[in-house]
Amino acid sequence: MTGTGSGTGIATAVLAANPHAHGFLSPTGVEIAFLLVGIVTLGAAVVSVTTRQLVHAALWLVVALGGLAVEYLLLTAEFIAWVQVLIYVGSVVVLLLFGLMLTKAPIGRSPDADSGNRWAALAVAAAAAASLVWVVVDAFRATWIDLDGAPQGTTEVTGEILFRHWVLPFEALSVLLLAALVGAIVLSRRKNEEH
Amino acid sequence: MHLVYPAVLAALLFCVGLYGVLARRNAILVLMSVELMLNAVNLNLVAFDVWLRDELHAGQALTLFTIAIAAAEIGIGLAIVLLVHRNRGTADIDRLRDLSETAPDAATEPADREQKAEAAA
Repeated sequence: MTGTGSGTGIATAVLAANPHAHGFLSPTGVEIAFLLVGIVTLGAAVVSVTTRQLVHAALWLVVALGGLAVEYLLLTAEFIAWVQVLIYVGSVVVLLLFGLMLTKAPIGRSPDADSGNRWAALAVAAAAAASLVWVVVDAFRATWIDLDGAPQGTTEVTGEILFRHWVLPFEALSVLLLAALVGAIVLSRRKNEEH
Repeated sequence: MHLVYPAVLAALLFCVGLYGVLARRNAILVLMSVELMLNAVNLNLVAFDVWLRDELHAGQALTLFTIAIAAAEIGIGLAIVLLVHRNRGTADIDRLRDLSETAPDAATEPADREQKAEAAA
């Protein structure tokens, strides 16, 4: 946990001697898994925003959100991973599919899924990605997450901090959820007096 | 684990969501892209929380709050999109041009229904 790799050759040598040393690209199992799942997640996200079949976009979103849940598990945030699976994959995507069906989204390819400012959007996204990645890599080039020791996000730990230190925001959030529920009901209610 | 991996993944996911918000035409696909952006922020919060070993675990608590707010947002957003679709017959963002300065003639056809909805509201 205190080693500093100064070159891949030295890093691998140090890694062979001490499996907990930080090489610059020390390929621990967790990192490899994180990278592979991250590639799958990013690919699913890209397909989800570029595919012309609207229902397939929602299904690729399931892959992206599930990949993110696996990333949370790899970061030892266990409770958040299951909340992610329950809420996003379980309810948000189902809501989105219901929305697609209720707005009579075309099944199959729809040629006008992308609007006319597609190339401007691509330019903006590429510029944002380049600047963000450059800043992030430059800032955290020599920073490592220490995943050893007690897990950071077990259900016990999360429940303890949530109900010991974050009770008031939690309650405020439940009021917000109630307001959203009432608002959704009011918005989607048919007005009978018009007919 | 290198902190750069989750941070770069979060930045790239955010930019993919940004592209989707700007480039998609269907309102529900825009909502899906917003979800991607929120998830990128969540990944950043979790990664930095695990890195800093925060006593209060502020990152994980805020991630849970963000997930709840995203659920509320998707509910309200879908209700609004369904209402727009019921009143206008379309969920395309490009065709909802009532507030633009040079309103095309596409917005004049359902104007009477729109006025009725406004009067009812």
